[in-house]
Amino acid sequence: MRVVTEEDIDALEIGSAILGTGGGGNPYIGKLRAKQVLREGRPMRILPLQALPDDAKVVSLGGIGAPLVSHERIKEGREGLRCVRALEERFGFRIDAIACEEIGGQNSMEPLIIAALAGLPVVDCDGMGRAFPEMQMTTYSIYGHCSTPSVMCDCHGNVVTFDHAVSELWHEKMARACVVAQGGSSTLASAPMDGIFVKRFAIPDSYTKAISLGRTVRAAQKRHEDPVQAICAFEHGKQVFTGKIVDLKRHLKGGFVRGEAILDGFDGFQGDTAQIDIQNEYLVFTRNGVVEVIVPDLVVILDNDTGEAISTEMLRYGQRVGVLALPCHPLLRSPEALKVVGPSGFGLGHLTYRPMEETDRKDMPA
Amino acid sequence: MLRLGIDVGGTNTDAVIMRGREVLSGFKASTTQDVTSGVVEALEGAISKAGADRAEIGNVMIGTTHFTNAVIERKHINPVAAIRLGLPATACLPPMVDWPDDLREAVGNHGYLVRGGYEFDGREIAPLDEEEIDRIGDDINTRKIKVAAISSVFSPINQAMETAARDRLLQKCPDVSVVLSSDIGRIGLLERESAAIMNASLLALSDRTVEAFAEALKSAGLTCPFYITQNDGTLMAADMVRRFPVLTFASGPTNSMRGAAFLTGERDGIVVDIGGTTTDVGALQHGFPRQAATVVDIGGVRTNFRMPDVFSIGLGGGSLVRRNADGDITVGPQSVGYRITSEALVFGGDTMTATDIAIARGEADFGDRAAVAGIDTATLDGARAAMTGMLERAVERSRISPEPIPVIAVGGGSILMPDQLGDLKVIRPENFAVANAVGAAIAQISGEVDRIFSLENGLTRDICLKQAEEEATKKAVESGAVAETIETIEREDVPLAYLPGNATRIHVKVVGEMGGLDA
Repeated sequence: MRVVTEEDIDALEIGSAILGTGGGGNPYIGKLRAKQVLREGRPMRILPLQALPDDAKVVSLGGIGAPLVSHERIKEGREGLRCVRALEERFGFRIDAIACEEIGGQNSMEPLIIAALAGLPVVDCDGMGRAFPEMQMTTYSIYGHCSTPSVMCDCHGNVVTFDHAVSELWHEKMARACVVAQGGSSTLASAPMDGIFVKRFAIPDSYTKAISLGRTVRAAQKRHEDPVQAICAFEHGKQVFTGKIVDLKRHLKGGFVRGEAILDGFDGFQGDTAQIDIQNEYLVFTRNGVVEVIVPDLVVILDNDTGEAISTEMLRYGQRVGVLALPCHPLLRSPEALKVVGPSGFGLGHLTYRPMEETDRKDMPA
Repeated sequence: MLRLGIDVGGTNTDAVIMRGREVLSGFKASTTQDVTSGVVEALEGAISKAGADRAEIGNVMIGTTHFTNAVIERKHINPVAAIRLGLPATACLPPMVDWPDDLREAVGNHGYLVRGGYEFDGREIAPLDEEEIDRIGDDINTRKIKVAAISSVFSPINQAMETAARDRLLQKCPDVSVVLSSDIGRIGLLERESAAIMNASLLALSDRTVEAFAEALKSAGLTCPFYITQNDGTLMAADMVRRFPVLTFASGPTNSMRGAAFLTGERDGIVVDIGGTTTDVGALQHGFPRQAATVVDIGGVRTNFRMPDVFSIGLGGGSLVRRNADGDITVGPQSVGYRITSEALVFGGDTMTATDIAIARGEADFGDRAAVAGIDTATLDGARAAMTGMLERAVERSRISPEPIPVIAVGGGSILMPDQLGDLKVIRPENFAVANAVGAAIAQISGEVDRIFSLENGLTRDICLKQAEEEATKKAVESGAVAETIETIEREDVPLAYLPGNATRIHVKVVGEMGGLDA
């Protein structure tokens, strides 16, 4: 089992922001909380996915609500612990390990913090391998886990159990309504999963990967090498664009941010124009009218100099950025997964997903 | 009517006299320990150089990096009671949790968490725990703490609880000065709270400093009101600075960029301010510095002030010129700094500096040119190439369009700048050495609104933006701006994701000319 250090937490902040593909919230507050917990002498341990016993009871959890609220009304701190305890009471057994819903963005930190408070290990996995806006978009849900009964807790001590939702989408809708009443930033823990299910359907190695990714960026910065290239090499990705943001539109639709960024290329992309479609995360990358990268593959926007990830909230006119495409995990590319996290899951049914490795042929109309 | 602009930096104190758009004179003096005598020397120098009648001076504007330097150097900082209203929320992260240890110790590390604060929609998280405020008051008295900073969750939406807590605290501790976070910062609890705590820790220094400014003006026979420039290049009354010294944190680079824009008449360009040790590079957009998108670090503390996006490199007039192990010539980042007037070769010292290279190459003419006659051509060319390369990269980083915008060189070290950088032409305004003081002299008055609007009950984004603009305009006029001159310079709405009800955060800033100025 790997013991997490403060340095790992720093690296995870960078790595999880990259895997957030523009969304998932800023992991900064979570990083501070994780360090506080470590300084209180509570160890954080990461359990390799394949070391998980078949009959282990695993609970995945994460924050739910508006990232901006979580930066102002910071959590009480033990919301997730109350969720775990309430689930144990509801099911009548003890939980053996905590899992991560979403490695991208601020939800990467919450499982580590809560597991440390509960004295449990965190399994080295997550349900997305990136960030997605809704709860039903985990591989856990996609491959048949029913996430209810679930528990949602706020800073006040309110404990809400969702006893049964007829579908994962219903669960998402009800939880979203409840989080508003709870003040816009709560923690939700889903029904326990068996170890054997998690080993088969979770995205593997999420924590070790995100931490190594962060370390890779750090090391490249220290050696004054190009961090963008370092990320590509590490994640088998490719740099699909270098350019400047020349137009930016963001608007709200049903509680979610939608919009698009237009970029003019420079360096090797002089004369090219690109568009990135935003829906909380960066979803689609189009160059000169040709779609090159589609969700669930990862579209990442980085500061061209520092290699730091730029979230949708931080996008500004005139920024000089590099755009990377990173391949998603094969578990997200199956037909049943693409129904939920492919273009049609985001109202982009006119687009057909094609793995980024195959789009070099540039024959896809936008 | 004349305007007097003064810039009090860490090394130099500069003064300029302006009539309308014309700079009548500029004068450079050394910054002194007591502040007052340096200011007096600079302003007397500028007045006599312009032959100005001091009765004609209608306004004095001062820019200073005094408070930024105090935080960076951990000097003149007082202990603060940091009171946060927000329990049960926020319990996991105490105040100052992300500060460097030495700065946290310098302010005493007195954090207090109290029940209270607001939800994003204005509901109370908990009613204010007044008895706890009383207990904190007793503790403050026991520890003899003189200043307090009160921060409530979501106070930018509703200030009432911070005000109530202050009033309650003053009953127990009538002599304590209290800073409210809602008067200082925006949404983002830790950043706003940290700014409020830093502000409280600097109150005694700001009192002394403003007093020193007043004294200097009085001893020069100037009785007109004086103003101090804040982060965004606009003015606040001297008494506001007494209460909010942190609002001057970024005024140095802002003033130099605004001064550069004014002196050249350019509204878009890259400003390169070359000092003794470092060079600051930033972009001008529509006559104002381009703002940084991310949080800005002051002395190791994250803040969310709107500050110019300035990039610093280790190149200045005092930068050391050396040959490294590979035989290449390097310039900086080490520098002789303010000791340049004794250590550079042209000033009779024995250290080869960037300034010596410029003199030897005939790019500037002062000091003892004979002292640099012996430098060999390879060294001169190598150093020149190194400096040009550093400046080119820095300018390219700040450039935001392929347009051939000008590079504006200001600051005492701007003799290091070549006439052309890549495809960009370099402009060197007259009075380049005192651009900061000019930036202070031409500063405007602003008004700002930043809060969450709910787009419900027929309210649209456009209606809310308009409402925010009207509020900001009202604030600016109340602070002394002339209504007819007001224009909106920042207008931004960021929708709050993941919440039904379409809440959106709107930020609007307007600026206008100060009343009583015949520009």
